[in-house]
Amino acid sequence: MNNLLIAPVIIPLLTGMVLIIFQKNIMLQRILSLVALLATGVIAVLLMNRIKDGGIQSIQLGGWEAPFGISFVGDMFSALLLLATSIVAIGCLIYAFSSIGRKQEKLYFYPLFLFLITGVNGSFLTGDLFNLYVFFELFLVASYVLIALGGTQRQLRESLKYIFTNIIASAFFLIGIAYLYSMTGTLNLAHLSLRIAEIGQDGLITTVALLFLIVFAMKAGLLLFFWLPGSYSVPPTAIAAIFAALLTKVGIYAIFRMFTLIFYHEPQITHLFIGILAAITMILGGLGAIGFWDLRKILTYNVIISVGFIMAGLVSFTTTGIAGSIYYLIHDILIKALIFIIGGTIVHLTGTSDLRKISGLIRLHPQLGWMFFLAALSMVGIPPLSGFLGKVFTTQGVFESGYYWLGAIGLLASLFILYSMIKLFMNAFWGETILSEDEEKGTTKGLLFPIALLTVASVAMGIGAEAITGYVDQAAEQLLNPSLYIQAVFE
Amino acid sequence: METLMVILVGILISIGTYLILSKQLLRIVLGASIVGHSVNLLIITSGGLKKGSAPLLGEKAAGFADAIPQALILTAIVINFAVTAVVLVLSYRAYKSFGTDDMEQLRGNENE
Repeated sequence: MNNLLIAPVIIPLLTGMVLIIFQKNIMLQRILSLVALLATGVIAVLLMNRIKDGGIQSIQLGGWEAPFGISFVGDMFSALLLLATSIVAIGCLIYAFSSIGRKQEKLYFYPLFLFLITGVNGSFLTGDLFNLYVFFELFLVASYVLIALGGTQRQLRESLKYIFTNIIASAFFLIGIAYLYSMTGTLNLAHLSLRIAEIGQDGLITTVALLFLIVFAMKAGLLLFFWLPGSYSVPPTAIAAIFAALLTKVGIYAIFRMFTLIFYHEPQITHLFIGILAAITMILGGLGAIGFWDLRKILTYNVIISVGFIMAGLVSFTTTGIAGSIYYLIHDILIKALIFIIGGTIVHLTGTSDLRKISGLIRLHPQLGWMFFLAALSMVGIPPLSGFLGKVFTTQGVFESGYYWLGAIGLLASLFILYSMIKLFMNAFWGETILSEDEEKGTTKGLLFPIALLTVASVAMGIGAEAITGYVDQAAEQLLNPSLYIQAVFE
Repeated sequence: METLMVILVGILISIGTYLILSKQLLRIVLGASIVGHSVNLLIITSGGLKKGSAPLLGEKAAGFADAIPQALILTAIVINFAVTAVVLVLSYRAYKSFGTDDMEQLRGNENE
């Protein structure tokens, strides 16, 4: 029993509800949302330390014993993701203060933002399959509104496609839940794991597993990413950054959870299939990243590459590989938010996202340029920055388990990232300075602080890797030992 | 009985798919709604369509109905309702803004 577990869901939810009342008072909204996210971050750290000493924590909501009630389970993987979520949410929120605009702030931006975080945190913590669906819907509905907030034509057009895609995915999710319930008679993740281990994962259950894979792949952008480049490039920067950082990651989290806790008996079918999807995703994402000249498109395709790379660690199914994936996942949450806000700042300064029309920004904005360069190196995986350890361990794990082709494609994908990021850096920051200070469409006033915050977080994660190694290793071990999770729920 | 229900669900999902594949925005919204409802039917079927009394202590009956799928679809219906409402509003805004409800015209282009 640990009541702390419910706090990362309750705090943003209640704060968001209260903020609806204070629609007009923007100062209060800003302060309260910042405080709520800071509190969530502190609780995530507390949880991490508690899990480090006491193993996986769980709480049975309303006192109904598992598997009859809904359990909330916090293992190290969830706690690490909670912390990363809080950090990027704070970064994006501070960026939104000076970039989102009065009109949006009055149109319930802060409550929606907090509801989005509620849904994401809830998805990380819940131990019940249907509850996972509810939390998915919670952050999806918030994202439907956020993506259309402002109501420009591009936003309306892309939001409709985004919503229809997600409605279909959610319908598949429910179909999967219905089949799984009729076969096992339970929806508690730990209980599902037990039941499937008892009756064996036969062909029918494997088929349902693949159905779930399709659902989460659609949310994560694993192969089924056709909706992603359009919808992530239309909303305002702060919103696009939080989407790129978090929404695909929740899909990744769900795939990790389902395929380490429940459907882990037939890795030669399910995990191989995930591996093939990951490989195709990395190649297609890489082609998109090097092929486009639109800044936003390049960045969204980089999101897709990293989804494929993170999945490679799951496919390896070794402690090293999974630990590498977790490193890379946390790194990616931070770095994608960072790179999206830097990209958004460039668009904000120049008024265009066409790389061919941008040049020589480093003369007037040296901090921005160098922070972008750091982020780019970190994405490629240059030591000692944060992407390095994730790449090393994931690649090592994949090679250990014999998936040489997947490891090779993963390394090739790094080259794609390197090429696209250096292309972006050279075109946007080097060259003739074509815009003087007066001609720029906006200023970086107030925008550099959140960028610096996320850069520091990312660099700290790289240099201070020693400090989090223990946590990440524990998270990987817990993921590979479903009995620990089951024990924590039924203790 | 369950078999019949599953066939019905299949028919409804085909109708929904047909509507989603059409060009008109409103038809797509209706199609998505029908798919949502047919999935709810599937969930209620997944618990078995037994006749029985409510699963409460103190009820003296030979059989009990499975309450969980009913609780699940209650939640799913509410969510489906909320999402449909959002989509309808957005579709209306898009129709007002673009002056058309033909999805073919909403593809967008590179230069904007």
